[in-house]
Amino acid sequence: MTPVDRTRLPAVGPSLPVRFPDVHKDRLDNHVALWSAPHRGLPVVTFMLLFPFGSAADFEGYEGLAALTADMLDEGTGDRSAVEVNAEFGRLGTHLDTDVGADATVLALTCLSRYAPRALSLMAELVVRPRLAEADFERLRSLRLSRLIQIRDVPSAIADRAFMQLVYGAHPYAHMALGTEEALRQITLEDVRAFHRRNYAPASATLVAAGEIDGASLRAFAQEAFRDWHADDHQTLPDPALVPPPAAPAHRLALVNKAGAAQSEIRIGGVGLTRNTPDYHPLIVLNMVLGGQFVSRINMKLRQEKGLTYGARSGFDFRRGRGPFILQTSVQTDRTADAVNEALAELQAIASDRPPTGEELETAKAALTKGYARNFETSDQIARAITQLVLYGLSDDYFDTFAAKVSKVDIEQATRVARAHLDVTKLTTAVVADATLVGPQLTASGVGEAVPLLPRL
Amino acid sequence: MNIPFTEHTLENGLRVILHEDHRLPAVAVNVWYHVGSKNEQPGRTGFAHLFEHLMFEGSEHYDRGYFHPLQEAGAALNGSTNSDRTNYWEVVPTNSLELALWMESDRMGYLLPALTVQKFENQRDVVLNERRQNYENRPYGLAGAAITAALFPPAHPYHWLTIGEIADLNAASFEDVRAFFQTYYHPANASLVVAGDIDPSHALDRVAAYFGEIPAGPKPLPLTVDAAVADEVRLVLEDRVELPRLYLSWHSPAMFAPGDAEMDLVADLVANGKASRLYRALVYERRLATEVAAFQNSRELAGFWQVMATAAPGHSLAELDDAITDELARLLDEGPEQDELDRGRAQVETQFVFRLQTLGGFGGKSDQLNAYSVFVNDPGFFERDLARYERVSAQDLHSAAQRFVRRDRRVALSVVPKGSRSLALPGSVAADVS
Repeated sequence: MTPVDRTRLPAVGPSLPVRFPDVHKDRLDNHVALWSAPHRGLPVVTFMLLFPFGSAADFEGYEGLAALTADMLDEGTGDRSAVEVNAEFGRLGTHLDTDVGADATVLALTCLSRYAPRALSLMAELVVRPRLAEADFERLRSLRLSRLIQIRDVPSAIADRAFMQLVYGAHPYAHMALGTEEALRQITLEDVRAFHRRNYAPASATLVAAGEIDGASLRAFAQEAFRDWHADDHQTLPDPALVPPPAAPAHRLALVNKAGAAQSEIRIGGVGLTRNTPDYHPLIVLNMVLGGQFVSRINMKLRQEKGLTYGARSGFDFRRGRGPFILQTSVQTDRTADAVNEALAELQAIASDRPPTGEELETAKAALTKGYARNFETSDQIARAITQLVLYGLSDDYFDTFAAKVSKVDIEQATRVARAHLDVTKLTTAVVADATLVGPQLTASGVGEAVPLLPRL
Repeated sequence: MNIPFTEHTLENGLRVILHEDHRLPAVAVNVWYHVGSKNEQPGRTGFAHLFEHLMFEGSEHYDRGYFHPLQEAGAALNGSTNSDRTNYWEVVPTNSLELALWMESDRMGYLLPALTVQKFENQRDVVLNERRQNYENRPYGLAGAAITAALFPPAHPYHWLTIGEIADLNAASFEDVRAFFQTYYHPANASLVVAGDIDPSHALDRVAAYFGEIPAGPKPLPLTVDAAVADEVRLVLEDRVELPRLYLSWHSPAMFAPGDAEMDLVADLVANGKASRLYRALVYERRLATEVAAFQNSRELAGFWQVMATAAPGHSLAELDDAITDELARLLDEGPEQDELDRGRAQVETQFVFRLQTLGGFGGKSDQLNAYSVFVNDPGFFERDLARYERVSAQDLHSAAQRFVRRDRRVALSVVPKGSRSLALPGSVAADVS
C-alpha cells in the first residue's frame, strides 16, 4: 500500500481519447434519413425522429402553432384515442417525449430492445397519420392557455420572456414554443392540419437510433414503420432562423413588477452567434471562464464571495440562426442592484482589462475536455448527440476532434472573441422583482433608470 | 439483471463497495453519510443541508473550494441532502481516481480545522437564497412544508423540510458544526462506492490507504417513530398562484416496507400518463383539471402517498375533490384491471434497466449501491427490489389501496391565490409555513 501524501493533491493524468461510435447513414425510398450508432451493454434502444423546424417556424400571429401541432400527435391515430395510444406505450414500458425547440422538433422514446419495433411503429403512425380531431384540439389548446396563465406567477419564465422579447423584437426567436395567448386563441384545427401537412414530410425527417441496434435492423424496422409515408405537397421553406435579428441599442434596463416576489430574477445579455460560427470553440472556452461552471468568475463572485444567490451562470445558446447569449441568476431582493452591477462589471472586465488568464484558460479547457467521454454514456445521450450532427451539419468526426479543437484555444483567441462578441455597452438587462423595492435601488446604485415592462404572454 | 459488486469493511467501520464497468474511461466515487434532516431537532432545522454546503469549502490539507481541482481534472461533482441521508459524488476520468479519493477522505477525516465563521456565514446566506429561489419564489413552493407539518407531529423527524426554517437557519451557530461533524461524519456512519473503470484490488488498496487512517466514531442509534392521522385535516395556503391546486396526502408504508411497491404501482395507474385513471377522468373527459399527479413518497421511517391536481379555470377544488374521490372509490371497490397492472410492471422493468445505464451522479449505479447499502444493509438488493414489483398481484394492489387511501384519514391542502381563501375546500384552516 503506497502511503498517502497529504501535503499536495495527487497529479492527474493526461486527457483520455474519446471515440464516438461510427454513425451508420442510410435512407428509405421515401427519403426518410436513417442515422444510427450502436451502443452495446444493455438491451435498450433510443429512437429520435428529428424535424428541422421548431417554434421559429411559427408565422407571425401564430406563435405556438409548431408546439401545439407536435402536442396533438399523440392524441390518437386511426380508431385509437389518446388514452388507447398511451396505454399501448405503457404496455411497451415506455412513453413518447415531444420536444419543440426554436430550430427543431424531436419525438423521442427509449425502450427495451424487445419492444423496439412495436414502439417505433406506434411513433411512426402518430407522426404519419395523427387523428388531429376537434375535441382533442380544443382540450389541448385550453391546457396551453392555462399553462400561460400559470406562468404569470413563475418569475423565471417571465424573465426569460421579457429578455427574449426585448432582444429579438419581431424575430422568430422572440417567442417561446408555448406561444402567446392571443395567437393560441386564433389558431384553428385547420391551421394545425396545414402545419402538419406542410412540415411533417418524409424528406425532412431524420430517424436517429442508438443502443442495441445496428443499421440493418434499423432499416428493417423503419421500412415497416414508415411504409405508407409519402411526400405530398412538401416544399422546403426558407429557414426562418436566418432572418437577421435586430441590432442592439445602447444598454437598456427593464423591470417587470412582481409584487411580493421573494427574490429578483435577472437576465443580462443579447444576440449571440450561430452554431456554425468559426469562433465556436473559443467562445465556449471563454464562457467557461465567465459563467459556464461552478468556479466561473460570475458564480464565484455572486455566490461564493458575496452569498447573494444560490447560483449564477452564463451561456451562448448557439442555434441555426443567431441564438442568445444570457447571463442568468436569481438574487436576494435587497441586493439586486449590487448583483446587476457586479455581473455587468465582470462582463466588461473579461472583454477589456481582465481578459482570461492562462491559468483560467487551462482550467476551462481541462474541464471541457477531460470529462468529455461522460457525455456519451447512455443510448439517449448518443442519439441526442447525433441529432446535433444532423441539425447543424457538423462533420462526422465532430465529437472525436472536439477535445483537440478546444485544447488549441489560446489567450489571444479567447481575448479576441470576448472583445468581438461581448459589448457591455449594448447588452440588455431584464429584472423580474418587486418593483417598489428594486426600482429605487437600481436608480440609486447607478445601474440606470429601469423601464417598466409587461412581457406578452 | 443486477449490479455486480464486492464488499469490504475497513477496520474503522467504513463500508467499501466496488463495481467494475469498463465501458467508459471513468470512475464514479460516491459517499453516503447516514444523516439527514430527520436527525435534526425542532428549532434547529436545516442544519444537515447547510453542513453539506460546508463540505465543499475546503479541508485541512486542501483549504480551498473543492470544485476547482476536481473540475480541472474533468470531474462532475455534486452533493445532496434529504430527510434520510446526505450524499457526495464525483465522476472522474480513470486516471484521476486518486484525486477523488484524496479529497473525499480529507473532508471525511479533516474538515473541522479548515472551517471558519466566514465560510459558515457565507454558505448560510447561499442557503437562504436557495430557499427563496426554490421554495418561496416558486408557485406552490411551500406546499410540501405545509403537508409534512400536518402529516407528522412537531417532534417527528419528518415534520420539517430539509431546507429548514428561516429562523432556525438564522439561529444556527458555528459551534453546532463541530458537534454535528463528530456525531455523523465518520467512517462508521458512511458507505463508499467506487464504480467504473477500476481494477478492484488496486482500488481497494487506494481506498484503504486514504480512508483507513480516519478514526472510527460511534454509530448513531437508529430513530424509531410513529405518526398517524386520525381523521381528515383540511388546510389552506395562500400563494402567488393563478390556479388553485389540491394536494391530498395519506400515510403510507416506509421505503421497502410491505405495501411500498404496491402503493408505487397504485400511484402509476392513478396518475402516470394520459392513460391513467385520474388523467382520463379529470383532464381528458371532464376537463376539471389542467394536470394531475400521484406519488408514493417512501422514506426510511415512514411514507406518504399523495395525489395532486390543479383546477382548470372556472372549476373549484371541491369539484376536483369529488371527482378524485369518485375515481379512488371505484379503484377501492373494484380493484385494478389486469392490463393496468401489466402496464405498470412493464414500466417498472424498463426503469430498472434504465437505471443500469449510468455509473455515477444522482441515481447512477454507484448511488444505487449506496442506497441499498445504507437503507437495507445489502448493496446487492437490486434484484430483490425488482422482485417486490414483479410479484405484486392485482389483489395485492387492491388491498394496499383499500388499507392506505381512506377519505377519513387524510391531509387535504388547498393552495389558492392570495386573498381567495374561499376557493379552498370548505372548512380549511390556514396552514402554518414559516
